[in-house]
Amino acid sequence: MTTELLRFSTAGSVDDGKSTLIGRLLYDSKSIFEDQYDAIKSASEKRGEEEVNLALLTDGLKAEREQGITIDVAYRYFATPKRKFIIADTPGHIQYTRNMVTGSSTANVALILIDARQGVIEQTRRHAIISSLLQIPHLVICINKMDLVNYSKEVYENIRQDFEDFASKLDVKDVSFIPISALKGDNVVDRSENMEWYEGSTLLYYLENVHIGSDYNFIDTRFPVQYVIRPYNDDFHDYRGYAGRIAGGIIRKGDQVMVLPSGFTSTVEKIDTADGEITEAFPPMSVTLLLKDDIDISRGDMIVRANNQPDATQDIDLRICWFNEKPLQLRGKYEIRHTTQTVRCIVQEIQYKMDVNTLHRNLEDKDIKMNDIARISIRTTKPLFVDPYSKNRITGSVIMVDEGTNETVAAGMII
Amino acid sequence: MNYRLNHLKELEAESIFILREVAAQFSNPVLLFSGGKDSIIVSYLAKKAFYPAKMPFALLHIDTGHNFPETIEYRDYWANELGCRLIVGSVQEAIDSGKVTEEKGFNASRNFLQTAVLLESLETGKFDAAIGGARRDEEKARAKERFFSHRDEFGQWDPKNQRPELWNLFNARKHLGEHFRVFPISNWTELDVWQYLAAEKVPLPNLYFSHKRKVFERDGILLADSEYIPKKPTEIVEERIVRCRTIGDVTCTGVWESTATTIEEIIEEVSTSRKTERGGRTDDKRSDTAMEDRKKDGYF
Ligand SMILES: Nc1nc2c(ncn2[C@@H]2O[C@H](COP(=O)(O)OP(=O)(O)O)[C@@H](O)[C@H]2O)c(=O)[nH]1
Repeated sequence: MTTELLRFSTAGSVDDGKSTLIGRLLYDSKSIFEDQYDAIKSASEKRGEEEVNLALLTDGLKAEREQGITIDVAYRYFATPKRKFIIADTPGHIQYTRNMVTGSSTANVALILIDARQGVIEQTRRHAIISSLLQIPHLVICINKMDLVNYSKEVYENIRQDFEDFASKLDVKDVSFIPISALKGDNVVDRSENMEWYEGSTLLYYLENVHIGSDYNFIDTRFPVQYVIRPYNDDFHDYRGYAGRIAGGIIRKGDQVMVLPSGFTSTVEKIDTADGEITEAFPPMSVTLLLKDDIDISRGDMIVRANNQPDATQDIDLRICWFNEKPLQLRGKYEIRHTTQTVRCIVQEIQYKMDVNTLHRNLEDKDIKMNDIARISIRTTKPLFVDPYSKNRITGSVIMVDEGTNETVAAGMII
Repeated sequence: MNYRLNHLKELEAESIFILREVAAQFSNPVLLFSGGKDSIIVSYLAKKAFYPAKMPFALLHIDTGHNFPETIEYRDYWANELGCRLIVGSVQEAIDSGKVTEEKGFNASRNFLQTAVLLESLETGKFDAAIGGARRDEEKARAKERFFSHRDEFGQWDPKNQRPELWNLFNARKHLGEHFRVFPISNWTELDVWQYLAAEKVPLPNLYFSHKRKVFERDGILLADSEYIPKKPTEIVEERIVRCRTIGDVTCTGVWESTATTIEEIIEEVSTSRKTERGGRTDDKRSDTAMEDRKKDGYF
């Protein structure tokens, strides 16, 4: 079994055809079951629609069905012999920016839909900006409803040019464009016969083949200790294993390592798993490390290499997306969660609010409300071991929690 | 350089991470065990996550009293195999003591009574997290479920007010009396589960493999002939070759005609099947939002 996992996020404004497209991918890749199909068929009939409405497949909760909109992140799954796909399906409206941020946090690919009749609009720019803030490594821009513009090459090229002009301001490395019709199926799974002028791949081919092998950081060794395993039985009397998930780099048996915050050094004696010992471990593996020396290590510590350490700091600059109805409080205290550490922080400064439609920095308006993106500085009670988010999405991210309500109030990316 | 995991190994790594996070962030977690393949896989992953130590959770089975006998047999065997304490919450006892009232009629099921017994068992055991085997691909209400899913002091789920979950960061903070449900295999599909069980050679209850059984048909679904389901005069019992695709209470678990006798044959069947596994669950068929409504009340 050599199937890989690819996570992608979708965002589209209402009526761009996002639900139709996902329904089409599921249907054409034969990931839909008969009873699901029958259910949407009768639902389509009830609504008086002539054809089976594939968009109904991605229908979510009751309230959403009643209002006919997607209000939360919904996860969908489909697979081809090459890859298994996890779709984080997010709503596109500005009032759901936070859901888009959530769905983007672990994605390898962002799929952005553009209605060919409308071209690049404010929402397109917002989706692209959020995808670049969240450092999704690959963007695929699907120009949809090509059937409504006579499958015109010119329309496609103009939109492509518009998007490229705008995207040059963003931090995105890999952008692809595909002209499609989600409704008719052109270039989704099967090649379109209506667009001979297009020489690129279909959407499914793209998703199956886009190179995601270097989406993790394999250079800078980072192992946040998650849990200490002590069996306390006769067979494993002195066993003391540090369980965790590799957040960066490749750890090999025999490596010299340093433990933060203590600064003690030791050697990796063993990399253990329930399937037996292994000689090297890399992201995103969950393993257990045993060290030669008996040093005091607990959850929240980080195992790294002495010559390649993260920043150990209490003063952190963050780009945040605010999630909560209660606005961000300057000088307010929040809980901060970073890898396996939990500390408290105080908000020292709000530098600016960013307009998610234009990237414009507003230095005057420091009233950070739900769905706003801002740059802030915090000071934590204890040092965190951090990397810039652009270098490592795992050691570069935090969440902020309100200690009164216990709600997760913000997502933060370390600058 | 090819440092890539295949999808099963990546899913395994994610689930193990979640299970360790539960042990680290909660003081008294428990693992909900139904005897079905999803709870089997979660408990198997828990065993792996804490190897070579024992997993720091007990198993909790909410027993409707209307089980396939094979389920109970397997449950006891598996708890012993894992070296786990087994706690049983009994629906029969709750009925006898008048805490809950049994449904009447042909379609009566104790499935709905499980919620009350589950919540009471969590309260009695002072459990602050209940680990479950729900998957997001199973059902549309579950597609929006978080890994760490907050429940208020009444055990209720509020789908409109869920905490955002990003990256690998899980927020388990709660007020006194509240608890969490945690779903380590959220991202697995039915096929992933079967492929993994096959690859790891996990022993399974016989019910999953095809066997001869007395069954009858109701509303297009085959049900096992059992003293717990009253039959209508028109319902005829006959012997067929069947297997279960999900395992639950006898009264609401449909069986399927199938000749799959090995895991490989099951995988073959699942990957070419044109019906969802919950298609045989009469509890989901009561209404279009049956699962969402039950989940809000505190169901699994
Ligand atoms: N002609 C045409 N219509 C489409 C296409 N894709 C979607 N639609 C229609 O656009 C409308 C909105 O689509 P839907 O998938 O519900 O949009 P969503 O709000 O983005 O999920 C529906 O009436 C679809 O049938 C397409 O490629 N061509």
